[in-house]
Amino acid sequence: MKPKGFDYLRAASVEEAVDGLKEGGEEARIVAGGQSLGAMMNMRLVEPELLVDIAGIADLDYLRAENGALEVGAALTQAELLEWSGLAEQAPLLHLAMPHVGHFQTRNRGTVCGSIAHADPSSELPLSLAVLGGEVKLRSASGQRTLAASEFQLGMLSTARRPDEMVTAVRFPNPRPGQSFAFREVARRHGDFAIVAAAAVVSDGHVRLGIGGVADRPTVRDWEALEGSALDDALNEFAWDLGGHDDIHATARYRRELVRRIGRRAIEEARHA
Amino acid sequence: MTQGHPQSEKFVGQPVERLEDAALLMGRGRYADDLPIRVGTLHGAILRSPHAHAEIVSIDTSEAEARPGVVAVLTGDEIKELTDPFIMVLKLPLQHWSLAVERVRFVGESVVLVVAEDRYQAEDALEYIKVEYKPLPVAVDPRDAAKEDAPLIHPAAGTNVVSVRNFNYGEPDKAFAEADHTVELTIEFPRNSQTPMEGYVVVADYLPGNNTYDVLANFQGPYTVHPVMARSLRVSGSALRIRTPQDSGGGFGVKQAIFPYVTLMSTASKIVGRPVKWVEDRLEHLSAAVAAPNRVIHLEAAVTKDGKVTAFRFDQLDDYGAYLRAPMPGPLYRPHGCLTGPYFIPNLSVTNRLVLTNKTPSGMVRGFGCPQMYFAIERVMQCIAVELDLDPLDVISRNLIPAGSFPYRSAAGAIYDSGDYPKALEIAVEEGDLKELKERRDKARAEGRLYGIGYCAVIEPGQSNMGYLSTILTAEERRKNPKGGSVSQVTVNVEPLGGVSVTADCMPQGQGQGTALAQIVADELGLKPDQIRVNLEHDTQKDAWSIASGNYSSRFVSSTAIAAHRAAQKVRAKLATIAAQSLNVSEEKVSFGGGQIFATENPDNAIKFHRAAGAAHWHPGSLPTELEAGVREIGVWAPPELDSPSDSDRINTSLTYGFKIDYCGIEIDPDTAEVRIDKYVTMHDTGKMINPLLVRGQIEGSFGWGVGIALYEEFVYAEDGSFLSGTFADYLCPTACEVPKPVILHMETPSPFTPLGAKGIGEGNCMTVPVCVANAVSDALDVRDVRVPLTPARVSAMIHGEEAAPPAGRAAPAAKAEGAGRALAGEGTTLVPAAPEEVWKTLLDAEKLAAVIPGCHRLDVVGDNDYRAEVTLGVGPVKGRFQASVRLAELDAPRSATLSGGLDGPLGSSRGSGRVRLEARDGGTEVSYTYTVEVTGKVAAVGGRMLDGATRMLVRQFFERLAAQVGGPPVHESWWTRLLRALGIGQ
Amino acid sequence: MPRLSREARHPVTIILNGKRASGYAEPRLLLVDFLRREIGATGSHVGCEHGVCGACTVRVDGKAVRSCLMYAVQADGRRVDTVEGLGDDSSDLTALQSAFRREHALQCGYCTPGVLMSISDFLERNPKPTETEIREMLSGHICRCTGYAGMVRAVLDVVSNGGAAESPKSE
Repeated sequence: MKPKGFDYLRAASVEEAVDGLKEGGEEARIVAGGQSLGAMMNMRLVEPELLVDIAGIADLDYLRAENGALEVGAALTQAELLEWSGLAEQAPLLHLAMPHVGHFQTRNRGTVCGSIAHADPSSELPLSLAVLGGEVKLRSASGQRTLAASEFQLGMLSTARRPDEMVTAVRFPNPRPGQSFAFREVARRHGDFAIVAAAAVVSDGHVRLGIGGVADRPTVRDWEALEGSALDDALNEFAWDLGGHDDIHATARYRRELVRRIGRRAIEEARHA
Repeated sequence: MTQGHPQSEKFVGQPVERLEDAALLMGRGRYADDLPIRVGTLHGAILRSPHAHAEIVSIDTSEAEARPGVVAVLTGDEIKELTDPFIMVLKLPLQHWSLAVERVRFVGESVVLVVAEDRYQAEDALEYIKVEYKPLPVAVDPRDAAKEDAPLIHPAAGTNVVSVRNFNYGEPDKAFAEADHTVELTIEFPRNSQTPMEGYVVVADYLPGNNTYDVLANFQGPYTVHPVMARSLRVSGSALRIRTPQDSGGGFGVKQAIFPYVTLMSTASKIVGRPVKWVEDRLEHLSAAVAAPNRVIHLEAAVTKDGKVTAFRFDQLDDYGAYLRAPMPGPLYRPHGCLTGPYFIPNLSVTNRLVLTNKTPSGMVRGFGCPQMYFAIERVMQCIAVELDLDPLDVISRNLIPAGSFPYRSAAGAIYDSGDYPKALEIAVEEGDLKELKERRDKARAEGRLYGIGYCAVIEPGQSNMGYLSTILTAEERRKNPKGGSVSQVTVNVEPLGGVSVTADCMPQGQGQGTALAQIVADELGLKPDQIRVNLEHDTQKDAWSIASGNYSSRFVSSTAIAAHRAAQKVRAKLATIAAQSLNVSEEKVSFGGGQIFATENPDNAIKFHRAAGAAHWHPGSLPTELEAGVREIGVWAPPELDSPSDSDRINTSLTYGFKIDYCGIEIDPDTAEVRIDKYVTMHDTGKMINPLLVRGQIEGSFGWGVGIALYEEFVYAEDGSFLSGTFADYLCPTACEVPKPVILHMETPSPFTPLGAKGIGEGNCMTVPVCVANAVSDALDVRDVRVPLTPARVSAMIHGEEAAPPAGRAAPAAKAEGAGRALAGEGTTLVPAAPEEVWKTLLDAEKLAAVIPGCHRLDVVGDNDYRAEVTLGVGPVKGRFQASVRLAELDAPRSATLSGGLDGPLGSSRGSGRVRLEARDGGTEVSYTYTVEVTGKVAAVGGRMLDGATRMLVRQFFERLAAQVGGPPVHESWWTRLLRALGIGQ
Repeated sequence: MPRLSREARHPVTIILNGKRASGYAEPRLLLVDFLRREIGATGSHVGCEHGVCGACTVRVDGKAVRSCLMYAVQADGRRVDTVEGLGDDSSDLTALQSAFRREHALQCGYCTPGVLMSISDFLERNPKPTETEIREMLSGHICRCTGYAGMVRAVLDVVSNGGAAESPKSE
């Protein structure tokens, strides 16, 4: 279980990194923490010709609250975000979701942006970004652009990132007054990929629920304040819309069951938060 | 060394800290992959079958041979020429080789070995080997495989059910005829393995000078397998030198099945003339190393109206996978003597059937057949309680073998050595506080929570009788070559400065046996454990061993430990004789303690231990004439109770029989259906404990694995035989968050059959936890059919009733029963802005089709609407190159066609077909499709979580490109698009 | 930094347990293979090579990480601490190591070096963890022998006796 050969470029700057991507074309990959990519490369599921390492780019190692959002640079690790003292206040949903992201050891190296760029449909960070309506900042040698989370993540491990682009930062909008949050997840074991994850944002008269692990990407739905059986019906419809799939960890039916049940729990928890 | 009263300190029975630990904690262990290798050693990597069952049509290794660093490439042809098939326990017309010959029979089977300068290069070359397979029908489920018309795994055997044996003890038919009730249950026990953290390591070096193989391997025995390896290599046992390292990264029985790789690497070394090393990786281990046999048991109990069981009738179907490797079918016969558990049940009928399937060959795994058996017995005991409306613990209690009945001969012949089961039950109830647990349950239930209590009681056998497997033969067959017994050997050496060293035949896998041996020897010689150097590396050319040698069947405390005791006694006797001479007392009046040998009646009359030992080295002429020079004694132990099976098939399968009684409370989350173990009490009578610290370690460890079996672990196969649990993210070993803290209780009833009174303790909790938890879930939910692992999806199906219907106007997808295979199915619709005739022409035009197939580099026509293609496919960063075949059939121009084909590449293989329908609509064509795809090989084993989504994406791409080809832009109308639109986020 | 070619072996220097250690690595050489085969530091073990089991956990610049998911070239110039660097000299055990022995927190010992490296990082950042926090941190490791009970006892023991999770040696 050893990776196939590749060239390696340790980029000192964003410019160097995007130049590397331009040169490497479709066969180049960005690596930051490498917690997903490394495993896939060891299994030879992914065989890039060039690995561009951005972990050491000081300009990307940041976390800042500005313009109504928490912006996280591409070199910032998940551990740094989780241990940031302002997290509970600035990004309460992330504060709830982060402990579910991998393990102590993988968070030490895995990056926030890397998880979003990897676009695993079961991951907590893409779900959080989607439900908060966040943004992804992309950069290439020829320019930069910003995509909404819903424009960025297209499906299973698939994003709107072009081969010559890299994610330089993601932006999580700040909580608005009156909003409250909850995060619920069912995984087979602690730290495993979610079978279903539910992130709820509730404010006066409005409910937003994001679900990860069921469709090919996190999916968000908004409702006006619903109660009782109207909420049950809405969750049921959402569950059937998402469909779900069977794998060895869970059946489609169980996934839909969880959408209804932990979806409701998350909403109720947010209401009481 | 403490002075004072020299004989005070004894170490056997004390929780002595492990002597092994310091080195391991400093990172200075010496595991197989840490050890030096000879200059010039090469490294192997193995190409494995992606198919569960296929003929090997051809293998082309030429490109691989030309890759950098590659020295040799071996296939089944070389293996067939240079080795013999492995011998088996049963004489059957099955052949098993170290590389597949002509046919592959399970996903992961070794097909080609590449030997290169390093492992990275060896793996590089694997991608250049071309193997053409012709897939064959598969038999995966044991019941299907046992049917008359099942595909044959080994056609030469003429059947997949390669052994059937019936046994009758007492008068089971009469007991059933007279019973007030018959309670019956069918259980299915899954495939699993305790998967040691260290994989297999083999370094093989062929020595041409004397036609000898020198092999370093982390093999754990039993050494019954040594002749299997030697015979396959066509050499005598002395020409196969197996060396095992000081440290092993876990065994659990699993390291037994390394043996085919010893033969493979030895053969490679002979071919290349250099040592060859191979280190198994995790994907190889999970898919191809070993699994405990999955078993289907139908068990009937004849029961009186007050819940007393008078007879059991077992019908067992044990699944050994693709080959019957030695020492299989051990798991079916090792527990044979214990088929009536800890109960007084005089009548027993057994049918044992042994079936082969297209799965990884079964092998030794901790528990070795017992978790399966007790799952049936203890589930049935609980069912008796439910059906007769009795308390489950009363049912257990009423049937326990009474105190004072020991040694007790069980129906099938086991001689239970000692115990007081009712007392153990009483202690468990009291000290574990069952009353409080029941209150907890009642309170939870009163609050509407899902809470249950489960119980179980088992006998834990220790130290297998090497003759138990011959129970599978008839009495006549056995008479020619009777087998029974178990030999162990330990050497204690005292060097001229009085240092004591010990070597033994136990091949420890982390249990701390070195510490236990040091305690035993220290006590005999009046020393401290840390003064004893125990070296448990083993070398078949230099150390004592026999066929029973090794680490398995919880044998250590009643085998090697006793041999050590005997060797130490011999050393003691010799030194006592020497000392008596200089102390001027008789030998019987000599004691050992505090590093001295002294006159028992006058401790001041003493000589130092090392002086007495030194005399045997420095001045052998001074020794009493009956003594040999030097101090090196071999202790041998072969307990007489282990005889061969009787003519009536009664067999004392093991030497010691411990008793365990467990109970637990579990709670089920009503929303997530997760099972949480609230409290777990486990009571052990394991005879005398040599080291309570080590005993606790064995209990906690087997408990942890028991939790894994109960809730998490299973090797899952799809209906087509593809293997789906190929990573540690798919095969789920519980972590510190999943394993609760058990309450551990003890009592000690010494075994009369072993001089130290100790009984094996290594496995008990992996036998109890699965069924105890299952009984608790059964109690919580009032369900009868409980299968482990109790995954939340399974429990959800039990508690969540019928699913809420889809919203009005929407059809639910066809329900798929659990375990109904992993064929990926899907459907979709695309609107193409061209007439059906246009679309049809595109599908039938090779050039245009090439543009439609995603990632197609090249398309060759091989027949009418029959193509071969080279494609690169993937999702996101995951990509692989495949050889594709594409066929169009059932053509109904321009309305419908069936597209079928397959993919083969380093990532795996897939077969699929789909029906495409074209219908004119709105000036364009509505293209609708349905498909099913089966995927096997690496991508199925490691990427299961992604497969469904990935397949859907690729199929969608095909139709998008079809639309684009006939003049797109595509109007995509899959369920996915509809969903996105419905959610207001459509692209 | 220039692009390192896959064809060549490149010099890599790390500060291993406080001392310079150098070797050569193709870009694809896993850090754990570099430590074991190039440097001869065999204390870190290979358990799964896909980042789940934690047997290969080492500390890079103080942080406990999987050395099967890092390449040696990524560690060039950085501080790497492994189990061999725990303790002050080769014969003394740290309080954590002693607690492991006392509580029988290891059996085969294969997962232990990685577990120790995680705990040492963890306790420096969280000196007074709860049992739940300890278990969550340990959930990044798979141990097949012990059922984790001894490990949890050992960490709790060290915590209640005032930490004493010695830092690995630094320069």
